[in-house]
Amino acid sequence: MSLLLEGILEALRLITSFDPDLLQIVFLSLRVSVIAIVIATLIGVPLGAFLGLKSEKKTRLLNKIIFTFMGMPPVVGGLIIYLLLSRQGPLGVLGLLYTPSAMIIAQVLLATPIITGLTLVGIRARGTEIVETARSLGADSALATWTVVKESRLAILGAVITGFSRVIAEVGAVMIVGGNIAGRTRVMTTAIVLETRRGNFELAIGLGIILLILAFVINSFLYNIQTGGQDN
Amino acid sequence: MSLKILNKPLTKFMLCILAIGFLAAGCTQEPAPEEEGPGGNLNKGNLTLTTTTSTYDSGLLDYINTIFEQETGLRVEVISQGTGAALETGKRGDADALLVHDRETELELVDEGYFVDRHDVMYNNFILIGPEADPAGIKSADNAVVALGLIAENESTFVSRGDDSGTHRTEMKLWENAGIIPDEEDWHLSIGQGMGDTLHLADQILGYTIADRGTYIAVKDNLELTLLFEGDPDLSNQYGVMAVNPDRHPHVEYNYVSKYIEFLISDRGQELIGSYQVESETLFFPGFGLE
Repeated sequence: MSLLLEGILEALRLITSFDPDLLQIVFLSLRVSVIAIVIATLIGVPLGAFLGLKSEKKTRLLNKIIFTFMGMPPVVGGLIIYLLLSRQGPLGVLGLLYTPSAMIIAQVLLATPIITGLTLVGIRARGTEIVETARSLGADSALATWTVVKESRLAILGAVITGFSRVIAEVGAVMIVGGNIAGRTRVMTTAIVLETRRGNFELAIGLGIILLILAFVINSFLYNIQTGGQDN
Repeated sequence: MSLKILNKPLTKFMLCILAIGFLAAGCTQEPAPEEEGPGGNLNKGNLTLTTTTSTYDSGLLDYINTIFEQETGLRVEVISQGTGAALETGKRGDADALLVHDRETELELVDEGYFVDRHDVMYNNFILIGPEADPAGIKSADNAVVALGLIAENESTFVSRGDDSGTHRTEMKLWENAGIIPDEEDWHLSIGQGMGDTLHLADQILGYTIADRGTYIAVKDNLELTLLFEGDPDLSNQYGVMAVNPDRHPHVEYNYVSKYIEFLISDRGQELIGSYQVESETLFFPGFGLE
């Protein structure tokens, strides 16, 4: 119990110290996760919308595959990217292994199925109905699809929030493809694992608390957009 | 009325979970004295040993502990961590015994009363690994400090465990002796991971690193890197065993630990350590009483 308290104090100390190493870790975490989630959204939302508007029977197998990948263990995702980017792997010549780019790629692989799957479910809930209404009002199919996406924005934001929560908290994949190199690819989660293994439990808890605070701030922002949508 | 609740599905489910919980607790916490252990021997009790990844990953502990368990009926449960974390686990009384490799710190902690009955048990050595081409030319270095100096001079990439393990602490002492502060250098990558991970990362980027011989032998078939430097006394890797002080943590299984330590430093235990081989290479050498 006292250790938890010390952890909270450590978190406060870390936040107020503006330690450059810590800031670097925090910014890298945010940079990697935000870029990954933007890419995953750009892929996942259109794909989910497309599949959600297709008849369930035609896309059944694809849906099941996407739902399965939603539960892919991050370590497995990381390992796949590692094998692709490794010097002996097919994309080894790019020299991306142990760089933030590799971490972003791995996180896109983890987040895209989540955003696709949840968008798909959200759109399927009301999609056909909205499309029919829009069509009856004279919209072409592109406009009808856009209307569905707009009308399902709450579900889509929920999908993005879930995807973001997954990647900001993820440790297995970024450890494997990033390598946890101090000052280059060390992010908050890998730093927490390291400090736990070193036995620096206060520091690990302190970092954990900062991670939760960051997640709270970002989720509050997304949540406010979502509630704003509801008021309209 | 009071029995009706038993028929609800959720209640049944909860009762099942409770029953399983009790069964599991009964299995692990109160083994009957005459109960058959998993190895078919009498299981008289458990002791928890926290140790470094190198002794565990190399398979040495499985080999020795199986024999100890057969002879004494005690069971050894192994937690494998970096030396820093293992020492911390021991200090908090979350284990009964430790087998680690940072002699200086071990002796300090014995002085501070955290641990008792410390003995040198075995040793092996650290080696310097790097790309075959050896751009820094450490192959012909006079000693390990000079070798690291050459790496620094050439600004060759060096991958560091960076995890406060015994290996990392040895590396940092060498840098200190070479008068170099590597944490400020771009070519020094601190990755905070285990020995196997570190070797693989160094292999991918063709960097230099320091490794314990045991882990290197265990993974070397997958590596392009080769052994470039060894044999300096500064690279000796001394493992010690010790018990968590029962005066500080009365719940520890001190009697069991005593038996375990006696076994490791006995002639027979020492012989077992020396006879353990992987790919016909000896990984650890008997080290009791060599001081």
